[in-house]
Amino acid sequence: MARTNTTRRATKVLLSLVVLVLLATSALLIGNLWKKQPLTPSLALDLEGGTQMILAPKADANSKGRKNVTQEDIDQAIEIIRKRVDASGVTETEITSQGSSQGGQNIVVSVPGTPDKDTLDLVRSSAQLRFRPVLLAGAPNPVNPTAHAGKDGKPGTPTKDLATAAKETADANKDGKLETKPSGKPKDPSDTAWISEQNTYDFFTRDCAKEPGRHEGTDDPNAAIVACERDGSQKYILGPAEMEGTDVSRADSGQGTSSTGQATGAWVVNLTMNAEGTKKFKALSERLFALKSTDPTRNRFAIVLDGAVVSAPSMNAIIPDGNGQISGNFTAKSAASLANQLKFGSLPLNFDVLSERQISATLGSEHLQKGLWAGLLGLLLVVIYLAWQYRGLSIVALGSLFTAGIMVYGAITLLSNHMGYRLSLAGVAGLIVAVGITADSFIVYFERIRDEVRDGRPLVSAVDEGWARAKRTIIISDMVNLVAAAVLYFLAVGGVQGFAFTLGLTTIIDLIVIIMFTHPLMVLLMKVKFFGQGHRLSGLDPKHLGATSGAVYVGRGQIRMGTGKDDASGMEGTGLSIAERRALAKREEESHSSAAPETVVEKNDQTEKAEGGSQK
Amino acid sequence: MISFAEFGNQLYSGEKSFGFVKYRKVFIGVGLALILISGLLLGLRGLNPGVEFRGGAEFTITGISNADQNKAYTVTKANGLNEGVRVATLGTNALRIQTQTLTQDQAEKIRNGLIEAYKVKAADIDSTTIGPSWGKTVTIKAIWSLVIFLGVIAVILGIYFRTWKMSASALLALMHDITITVGFFALTQVEISPATVIGLLTILGYSLYDTVVVYDKIRELTTDFEGQRRRTYSELVNLAVNQTLVRSINTSVVALLPVASILFIGSYLLGAGTLRDISLALFVGTIIGTLSSIFIASPLLTLLREREIKIQNHNSRVAQFRQGQGAASDEILESAIGPVQVGAHQGQKAQPSRKARSRR
Repeated sequence: MARTNTTRRATKVLLSLVVLVLLATSALLIGNLWKKQPLTPSLALDLEGGTQMILAPKADANSKGRKNVTQEDIDQAIEIIRKRVDASGVTETEITSQGSSQGGQNIVVSVPGTPDKDTLDLVRSSAQLRFRPVLLAGAPNPVNPTAHAGKDGKPGTPTKDLATAAKETADANKDGKLETKPSGKPKDPSDTAWISEQNTYDFFTRDCAKEPGRHEGTDDPNAAIVACERDGSQKYILGPAEMEGTDVSRADSGQGTSSTGQATGAWVVNLTMNAEGTKKFKALSERLFALKSTDPTRNRFAIVLDGAVVSAPSMNAIIPDGNGQISGNFTAKSAASLANQLKFGSLPLNFDVLSERQISATLGSEHLQKGLWAGLLGLLLVVIYLAWQYRGLSIVALGSLFTAGIMVYGAITLLSNHMGYRLSLAGVAGLIVAVGITADSFIVYFERIRDEVRDGRPLVSAVDEGWARAKRTIIISDMVNLVAAAVLYFLAVGGVQGFAFTLGLTTIIDLIVIIMFTHPLMVLLMKVKFFGQGHRLSGLDPKHLGATSGAVYVGRGQIRMGTGKDDASGMEGTGLSIAERRALAKREEESHSSAAPETVVEKNDQTEKAEGGSQK
Repeated sequence: MISFAEFGNQLYSGEKSFGFVKYRKVFIGVGLALILISGLLLGLRGLNPGVEFRGGAEFTITGISNADQNKAYTVTKANGLNEGVRVATLGTNALRIQTQTLTQDQAEKIRNGLIEAYKVKAADIDSTTIGPSWGKTVTIKAIWSLVIFLGVIAVILGIYFRTWKMSASALLALMHDITITVGFFALTQVEISPATVIGLLTILGYSLYDTVVVYDKIRELTTDFEGQRRRTYSELVNLAVNQTLVRSINTSVVALLPVASILFIGSYLLGAGTLRDISLALFVGTIIGTLSSIFIASPLLTLLREREIKIQNHNSRVAQFRQGQGAASDEILESAIGPVQVGAHQGQKAQPSRKARSRR
């Protein structure tokens, strides 16, 4: 009864694994057909080729109160680097933080292909936050000065193309060249005399709706610039920088309060300046506030991060104490975001380039190819060795390794399609090493079964008992491996993460395979004559495994002289009772010399010899 | 030749037995001596840090037909580098050039110079510039990983085996493995790269894994060891090591085969690189890890536990029992573990012994 139950359960478990594998495969195929996702895992830079930079952020030791780089800073820095790289048009750049706070976090920037020097410089430099007065604001689209607005307010048909028209209009002194110097002698940063011919030209031609990011050479702190609102909603000409991000000591978002101290419910961003910033901000606010009634445009100032305007609020009061509050149509999220940007700008976060690698695509593919060959060679050797050691059982081992291989491949491809995992060279090494660790589970299991057979158990129950014992060992030893992988993963050093990941993944898959594949398969194979009756080549031959004389205790004080040919349920045995056997043994013993330990060995030797003889 | 399975049978039944515990002082002594030598080597010769730890630049050119090293020296000299340039041939068609720390511009110039000199495409050249602080970061993190790993593992093993002595001796054996592997690198002066560090950290997992399998057998055999008087604790440990010996050998062979194939392909076909560095550390570490789980971990465990009063009491009871039984009991002793012996009924001796009232 129990037998059929275990077989039934084994079939069920095996089937559920098949379903699991089929589900994963169909997920892959569906992804491939519908979303054009590849059927192979995407490769990391060291296999694909590209440039990888490892940057260590460091806070400026001179700034007060902000000597530690927090997780928030790292996230913000990653965000900024991503915006810069995206703006430069390089796609598929991967920017991640690496390591934990104990050892200092690093930022890893991986750019596929061979990016130009400017892009790399862009990544290396630190973020610049500046406060500039607004000189002119307008719609984000390019404006053709020759297209005069008609009666309905819509622009008419331009008479000349944009570049020519803009150049003619901007070239105020008509010398055919666009001056980059200010047009007049400005008396303060809010003076429109800062606007150069080049600025005017840029203001006409620039399309902020399309590319609101930073433009090369447009962040000179001592000149007027043309800049876009970050979301592309407005275009500005801004005066020279009056304050740097370092002048801000603190920024946070919160609910605004009215003059009576009641919460207004609107989201605001609170700014606090340091001593120098307070002075500068006081001067700025006095000048801008004076323009409030006469010139609402020049009443505004722009907060410029990396050449793009994050916010351009109007100055509604003179702020003498360095505590400003920016209000507007903020949501909780946008207020927090602005506060973060201000904070980040106020943190002079510089990057140390720890390492910069330009990885050759040729070298990468050669490594991958050779690595895979090494893996195949290793696998082949393992298979040969297992066949020698475990004979028929090696088929089970091979099947399990094959199943594990399919599952690992599927898991890695799915992870790479859905979670952005990339297979690195260290990951490939992890996979190859995993062959040995996976195969070891089978070895532990097989050895346990053999031990049980040696104890004289019939094969079927040896499989059950051996599994019960091997399971514990396999689980605890895989746990050790998992912990090792997890520790390595979370304290990653360079390529370690990829290695630890595949090691951990294969350990988990090893557990799944041995529980859901190898053991059920063994149970089912016991029904097959070749294995179940311990054929000489099955690797489970009781005689070969030294279950001396194949004697099995079958209960009721009886011992069955198993020959491996009897039915497992056979209870006939020798038909001798204990007393009879004891007498028999005594007689046998007397025929040999007295019972010293050596004698026992000798006796066994003889038994084996006798058996060997009978087999011939 | 005796077959492996037969060898396993004899080890299992105790018919053949290696005195791993008996000669423990020799084994542990050898282990200590090796650790000492490794320490001395480390102190006197030190490790040979790779470019990642020294800081500097490394260029690898692949797919060149004429691996003339002089061209590389000409290029570096043209860029004002007269000292500290190392050029090495890798595999069959690759060249590696290592220099001291370079500025971005210098690195760019040398890179272009090499492309021109060896007539290769930009995709065939691999360049790395590493700041001097990178290696320090890596080292600090590796040490952190080690400390956290040891802490977590000590707790897990302590809980699983229910005795801190097992986790202590497993960790001591682990330290032994790591130290000797590092000593190997100090002896051979093979360059240490981050990949080597990965390899070393993986040995942590592997070596422990191997030890845990042996310890699990010990745990199995020694549960309720006080309930019998035939074998002392140390004898049971020795039996466990012998019974798992075939498994240990098989496991390490199976683990070594893929590693050896990466090592072979990595060093002969690719030259230095991630694959070779990982596999070399693993190769050495796996061998030492297997040896230590047999010769060091279990003997160390008996050494630690034999100080316990519980074990000492049990040992003297076993001795008493053996004296009382005389030579005649030897047969029973043999059959205590192993296949059923026909006609050798043990009578009431097979029953669990009852403790004397005074000892309960």
